[in-house]
Amino acid sequence: MSKKEKLQDIPAEIRPFLTRRRVLQAGAIGGAAAVAAACGAGGSTTDAAAPATESVDNSESAKKVVWSNWPLYMPVDEDTKAYPDLEAFTAETGIAVEYIEDYNDNNEFYAKQKPLLDKGAPLGRDIVTPTDFMANIWIKNGFALELDQSNIPNISNLNEAYKNVAFDPGRKFSLPWQAGFTGLGWNKAKLKATLGTDTITSMDQFFDSKLKGQVVVLSELLDTIPLILSWQGNDPTQFGDSEFQKAIDYLQSKVDDGHIQAFTGNEYATALENGDVIAVIGWSGDLGQLGEDFGFDLPESGGSKFVDNMLIPAGAEHKTNAEKLINFFYDPVVAARVAEYVQYISPVDGAAEELMKSDPALAENQLIFPSDELLKRAYSTMPLTSEQEAKYNEAWAKLIGN
Amino acid sequence: MSIAQESIITKPTRRRIKRTPYLLILPGIGWLFLFFIFPLSTLFATSLQKPAGISPDDGFLPAFKVSNYSSALVEYYPQFFRGFLYSGIATVICLLLAYPIAYYMAFRARKYRNLMLVLIVAPFFASFLLRTNAWKTILSGDGIVVGFLNSFNLLPQDRILNTSLAVVAGLTYNFLPFMILPLYTSLEKIDPRLIEAAGDLYSPPSQRFWKVVWPLSIPGVISGTLLTFIPASGDYINAELLGSIKDKMIGNVIQSQFIDLRDYPTASALSFTFMAIILVMIYLYIRRAGTDDLV
Repeated sequence: MSKKEKLQDIPAEIRPFLTRRRVLQAGAIGGAAAVAAACGAGGSTTDAAAPATESVDNSESAKKVVWSNWPLYMPVDEDTKAYPDLEAFTAETGIAVEYIEDYNDNNEFYAKQKPLLDKGAPLGRDIVTPTDFMANIWIKNGFALELDQSNIPNISNLNEAYKNVAFDPGRKFSLPWQAGFTGLGWNKAKLKATLGTDTITSMDQFFDSKLKGQVVVLSELLDTIPLILSWQGNDPTQFGDSEFQKAIDYLQSKVDDGHIQAFTGNEYATALENGDVIAVIGWSGDLGQLGEDFGFDLPESGGSKFVDNMLIPAGAEHKTNAEKLINFFYDPVVAARVAEYVQYISPVDGAAEELMKSDPALAENQLIFPSDELLKRAYSTMPLTSEQEAKYNEAWAKLIGN
Repeated sequence: MSIAQESIITKPTRRRIKRTPYLLILPGIGWLFLFFIFPLSTLFATSLQKPAGISPDDGFLPAFKVSNYSSALVEYYPQFFRGFLYSGIATVICLLLAYPIAYYMAFRARKYRNLMLVLIVAPFFASFLLRTNAWKTILSGDGIVVGFLNSFNLLPQDRILNTSLAVVAGLTYNFLPFMILPLYTSLEKIDPRLIEAAGDLYSPPSQRFWKVVWPLSIPGVISGTLLTFIPASGDYINAELLGSIKDKMIGNVIQSQFIDLRDYPTASALSFTFMAIILVMIYLYIRRAGTDDLV
């Protein structure tokens, strides 16, 4: 019996609250806190790309490490509510892990920590887990500490595909935690009743007028835009203002004619389960956890692949301990346990082989072991320049009604 | 001579009496200064800043950029309008729902009065977010409410969730207790003998209400509407969770400016404009309602 099955045993009513990116819209509360924090930060200017504040490494004197990660992104023992892998790390190294599931939203987390980062004050965290585009912002602004790779010998297990990323060539500052897909998800029964088929293979179907008012898309720009870009024949890994504008214009027309019901971001899975919507742009692991009645695929024109990265924030007080923890999770055996539980793709070489050994049936699971054909349709997201970021975010905010 | 002596003796005592109240409000003043005046002035300073570079991460420089206000208003007046409209409607519905409840509690409930009070306050034991999220399930497409209303073809869009109806309903639900409680306190203070006296003077029930009860409950009506309207107009949770793209209120814009765009000057300018509008509205309202004891 695998842990994956255990996850699906959770009653349907509470499961929607329990996936990686969604815990009861906690972002909204956090948002209020961030507004308060932001008020205090008035007038501060950041010297962009300034060297990160010299941080004191207390790893020797204080045997602990603090990690901020997305909710439900770490195997949990259902009975004791403990994290067996973190306990194993403590047993091996004597370093206690304080694991906080407070990373609910890339923008919100960054907005909350920014005033501290600007001042060079410690965040009280030694590892944070931003998605690609946000990792880009942390690194670009000098808010990440360079990893001492001699403390991470297991870095040799990093899969070739993740070694060179545009925002961090040579992986000097960050290492991937898990990867997943952004694509189309749907309610099979309702789709059959409306479109006469129980799979969606293209964006044309997603925007079929029969689905009017029955679809929601993700509220994070770099989740939704790449799907539209590639569908319009543009390259989502390399696009400029005109291509972006074309995608925005199309989405605007679909907002105006009522095709898109909402930009939900977090709670689309609940909406799918409750029958409020038929199809969504969503994340692979979420749909995987919803079970048999729901489908997930990348459209023919392509979807995107996201990677969540571990990095050590400026001002971290236990840098060496953090590196040791990262090293621990780059052990293929440990990585296999994590991937099996969270249903996302492990960036660690050898994890796949370990998983096959323990449960050969898992090889069928496209979400953990994507086929080459599926990977060919998955683009990684383009890191935006500061100028693009400011301009695109503003256009995006207008589109989604803010 | 004796008068002069007397004044010398009484002086210190009088001075001490005068000083005590000031000393007593000192902690309150200090609190207000630290947690209200100071953040408010920082916010005001932020609202006039100009960007230091292209990206919000480059930071902002102190400046006197008044155009932050005009551009924010031009850009977001629909959300301002919508925020006040939705919260205004919700306030009126709250008043209509709350008055009979408060009236019943004050004059008829007798031994059930405390039970009713507990029931009204009970929702506060669950988190605001959790309760609003629960409404998503209640109003969902496969839920009973939508099924029932749809069977009578009462829903123009075949759904409630992600419509303005859901936002107003959510606001009404969430702020109803803030209307009931002040109404109840002011109704409860009315001496029932006044109503009896009106009856003795051959006043019919409707006249008894409009001539006696209603005027005496005005302070409760005013504080109830203010307690409902002010937080409701700044609320963003209801519009975020229950509304569609076209139902966003000013709170959503401010939240997104702070968190997603990190455009602190625009967000601060919006916050300040919002506060100013609210202040003017309240001033006019209280002037018109013509009372200065808000109990």
